Amino acid sequence: METVNIIGAGLAGLSAAHTFAKNKIRSRLISLQPSERAQSVMAEGGINAALNTMGEGDSTFEHFEDTMRGGAFLADPKAAEVLTEHAPEIVTELFKMGTPFAMKGDSIIQRNFGGQKKKRTAFAKSSTGKVIMTALIDEVRKYEAEGYVERLDHHEALEPVLADDMCIGVYVRDTFAGEAVFCRGPVITACGGLNGLFEGMTTGSSANSGDFTAACFALGVNAANLEMIQYHPTTVVVPGKRMLVSEAARCEGGRLFIKRKGDPWFFMDELYPDMGNLAPRDVISKTMTEVVAADDTGDQVYLDLTELPRGTWNKKLSDMRDEIKEYLGIDPAKEPVPVTPGIHFFMGGILVDKDHRTSVKGLYAAGECACQYHGANRLGGNSMLAAVYGGKVAADSLIRDAVYYKEVSECQAVPEAPEIRCGFSRELSEILGQGMGIVRSGEGLERALKHIDELKDECNIREKRRLYLAEAMLLSALKREETRGAQVRSDFPAKDDARFKKTTVAVFRNGKTEIDFKEIGQI
Amino acid sequence: MKISVLRKKIGEKGRWQIFEYEPKEPGETVASALNNINRTNPGERIIWDCGCLQKKCGACAMVINDRPTLACAVKLADIKGGLRLEALRKFPIIEDLMVDRTVLRENLLNAREWLEEEAVMNEKKQELLYEASRCLQCGCCLEVCPQFMPGDKFFGTAAAVPMIRLINCSKGDEKKRLRKEYYRHVYSGCGKSLSCRNICPAGIDVDRLLVSR
Ligand SMILES: Cc1cc2nc3c(=O)[nH]c(=O)nc-3n(C[C@H](O)[C@H](O)[C@H](O)COP(=O)(O)OP(=O)(O)OC[C@H]3O[C@@H](n4cnc5c(N)ncnc54)[C@H](O)[C@@H]3O)c2cc1C
Ligand code: SF4
Ligand code: SF4
Ligand code: FES
Repeated sequence: METVNIIGAGLAGLSAAHTFAKNKIRSRLISLQPSERAQSVMAEGGINAALNTMGEGDSTFEHFEDTMRGGAFLADPKAAEVLTEHAPEIVTELFKMGTPFAMKGDSIIQRNFGGQKKKRTAFAKSSTGKVIMTALIDEVRKYEAEGYVERLDHHEALEPVLADDMCIGVYVRDTFAGEAVFCRGPVITACGGLNGLFEGMTTGSSANSGDFTAACFALGVNAANLEMIQYHPTTVVVPGKRMLVSEAARCEGGRLFIKRKGDPWFFMDELYPDMGNLAPRDVISKTMTEVVAADDTGDQVYLDLTELPRGTWNKKLSDMRDEIKEYLGIDPAKEPVPVTPGIHFFMGGILVDKDHRTSVKGLYAAGECACQYHGANRLGGNSMLAAVYGGKVAADSLIRDAVYYKEVSECQAVPEAPEIRCGFSRELSEILGQGMGIVRSGEGLERALKHIDELKDECNIREKRRLYLAEAMLLSALKREETRGAQVRSDFPAKDDARFKKTTVAVFRNGKTEIDFKEIGQI
Repeated sequence: MKISVLRKKIGEKGRWQIFEYEPKEPGETVASALNNINRTNPGERIIWDCGCLQKKCGACAMVINDRPTLACAVKLADIKGGLRLEALRKFPIIEDLMVDRTVLRENLLNAREWLEEEAVMNEKKQELLYEASRCLQCGCCLEVCPQFMPGDKFFGTAAAVPMIRLINCSKGDEKKRLRKEYYRHVYSGCGKSLSCRNICPAGIDVDRLLVSR
């Protein structure tokens, strides 16, 4: 089989490379930065699997149900089912690679996480992503030595190369030397979320520009559910970015409050007695906007962690405490932390079927760049799981599909890759931030679309593609005339299953974006 | 505040460029200052590398006022006088503040740092394995190490930390093999100068880890 190109060396890319190598198939692991720098190392709170180690009678079916409910029934149930069924196997495999999850005796212990009633999240303090990545990097190194994985760090994938409606390779530029080359072979993209569209406004890595996804989209690869952007309820503004205060804080007992007539009002406890501060993220973020807007309340929500026992701080949250102290100058064990919702995760992305095929033959997508598993709202702890599992499934189906190539004789000149201008990026981010806030309206979205139109004139090719993707995002939110999960419309406050229990599919054709609502699971 | 940056290209000695910088918000770091400077001087962008902006990815390591550290870890408010920023000197320069740290990965590959067998895990080891999983591969410890030279057989602390994870979750012959690599590439070459102590921006307590090998 041809050498496969994998774009991105985070959890999804590593998992795909690992799967190919175990099947004795060679892959090129192409990434802007080495794995140690991928956003996956930033993941904090944990990874979900119904291992049932806490004597609560947990089951993969309950994990499936929580995932579907948490995603407001927009996820593909067939995909969510296999994901949750395989979760125990995935986490066990990571454990056997030497991932130091918290343990009691020889067994993993698990913590509560938002939107799930049972303790299902394996963790290592709040640095779970880092320790999983370390183990997986070491594991993949074994296959690098055997020649099955070739690493192209400091290489940027510019765009997929499509011929006869098929992906035959990818253009890749060495960012150190500046030269670009054509890498032939099928492609799995695992290039992460769309942080670049929201510069300085996300909790994730600034290196995930979203430009490869934008290039795919502009070249005719379909995207899905782009309007579904997760606002994490507890983030703080630090210079240049948003910083996450992990959900682990609330899982260990943290509570949100706002001042009402001078006294703290623990609104989640009161308004959602069932899940309280562990309600799904979309619910909490929306509630936070509502309580801030109320007449008799203050305008700042706080996360109160002052009641947490000292043992919890030392054993489970010491790293988080240090981080908050360092960047905010507040000791969270002593003072409540002022928090606001911030952009944290992209449920939408490249449209894939349950086997991670995109709409273009020979091109697959996995991890945060793909739209799969999370529906309208992702549960904490499900995305690392989805990245590892998705990378594996994509690799497996690529092997099964046995994509063969006609001899590719010559390849077109390698395309230009101009940089994004700083001013442009800022402007676009501002427009999107306003249009795609927690609460959206038809009017606001139309206005944002108009602004985007005005930006189009003097753009270079990279900027244009970002604009197309941004436009598709706004149009998706505009056309989905309902409120569901992360899509909250002030002008359509109700859910509309009849029209919209469907996947929003964005297609770019002849310079224009079309939005279509398809049955879930279809591509 | 005065920020001097050593602008440099491959094969050049480099020249210092001085920026007069006014912090825009409280809590600004060197990383946010670099981003802001680049925003206002788009024609002369300073080349540097970053990702997480919160000390988690190791991308932004550089020498700041003669000390290797992460640009996102240094707050402007803590700096008295000016700032001098230059690239890490132990690694080949790419441009300005960006270097090629590929040798870090190559060293771990040469030392065959992986497990062939299932990891041996238990509660007692968890804390140690956690600590040894945290290395950012930023290279700051190598920058100050008098013994480390890229291409040499001594690999330094950046290799020692991941090695300790593997030694501690392996057993039998595999453990022996990993210990041997450790001896060859770290222990035997370390001059115990302790220059690398208190440098690690991730705060990894190397001494504590070393006890466990
Ligand atoms: C602060 C934070 C905390 C989180 N906590 C959790 C948690 O507790 N549990 C959980 O399940 N999830 C969590 N997440 C989400 C989770 O970390 C990510 O969704 C997941 O790691 C994504 O993995 P990935 O492999 O898809 O992409 P990433 O890890 O983002 O990797 C993307 C890769 O693509 C490369 N790349 C990008 N563009 C290009 C290009 N054009 N060419 C070449 N390479 C490119 C990058 O260099 C990188 O290697 C958290 C996220 C953040 C930001
Ligand atoms: S103790 Fe000295 S010689 Fe040994 S690794 Fe540290 S700096 Fe290098
Ligand atoms: S040990 Fe510390 S200083 Fe050295 S590479 Fe790792 S994180 Fe960086
Ligand atoms: S940008 Fe990641 S450590 Fe500084």
